[in-house]
Amino acid sequence: MSSVLFFIAAIGVIAGAIGVVTFSNPFYSVLALVGHLLSLAVLFLLLRAEFVAAAQVVVYAGAVMVLYVFVVAYVGDEEQSLDGVLSRRPRARGADGRKATGALFAGVLLVELLIALLGSGLKAVSGDGAPYAPGPKTFGTPAYIGNLLLTRFLLVFEASSLLLLIAAVGGVVLARRRRGLEDDEERDRLTPLDILRPRGTGTMVEGVEGLALAHARGAGDLGDEHRDPDGGGW
Amino acid sequence: MSIGWYLAVSAIVFCTGAFGVMTRRNPLVVLLCLELMLNGANLSLIAFSRMWGNGDGQILAIIVMTVAACEVCIGLGMIVAIHRRRLPIDVDELRELQG
Repeated sequence: MSSVLFFIAAIGVIAGAIGVVTFSNPFYSVLALVGHLLSLAVLFLLLRAEFVAAAQVVVYAGAVMVLYVFVVAYVGDEEQSLDGVLSRRPRARGADGRKATGALFAGVLLVELLIALLGSGLKAVSGDGAPYAPGPKTFGTPAYIGNLLLTRFLLVFEASSLLLLIAAVGGVVLARRRRGLEDDEERDRLTPLDILRPRGTGTMVEGVEGLALAHARGAGDLGDEHRDPDGGGW
Repeated sequence: MSIGWYLAVSAIVFCTGAFGVMTRRNPLVVLLCLELMLNGANLSLIAFSRMWGNGDGQILAIIVMTVAACEVCIGLGMIVAIHRRRLPIDVDELRELQG
């Protein structure tokens, strides 16, 4: 039973990987990667890594792939047209050579890895692994992983949280709309709006202040329908 | 199944990802192939973790997934920035740093 499941999942993993590399449309590549990740989660389950399998499905195949789909939908169509117009000459020049060289390097790497992993004749590699007894706190369960993360690997855990924070800030800074990169008419359209922007509609602090201001004024003079136009913007 | 089968699958996935990184020209697909390589490494980490009955490899796999998420975030931000500047989204055309 377990070996049947292994072969089904392994075929899914390898087919998903080949699909990612060979599809010409990036959207199909993303979908193939989702299938690859789901099959890989089955392999993780077979290896008794329950928490990692769940995290793989939820975080990777869920959140990260949604981000990919958004960016492909945002960028993808223009990429196709640019691909056809701008880059015909370099493709005609170097496509075959690149593909052959890549295949050669990947084949050599695969042979080397297989020799290193399987040809070494280690006894543990051909075994089924360490003895395993199912239970609530054994190998691979969330309790086990959480215990390790918060005791032995606490520094790693904190460093990875810091890394995530830096990456989130960096992603926002990289992908934000910069001043000076817009078209001319867009910049002309934006400039008077910035000057005439009512107070209280800009930052969150301003918004909260405007809210408090309007609340205080509403409590002060009840029934007064006339609102100051730049008093809070709403 | 013996651990060696899992290691063989991880080697095949890693090499497929390396082939894609070397041959594809769309940076989105290059990022996807980097994910493939990281996943191959993750599978071998978890296989070795199962081999010794020790959870350290699973912790390392979780950290690798974190780093992969950060790399996706930064890489997709760069692709969106490239798209905003109307530059071609093609790793062969973006060669200003090469001189």
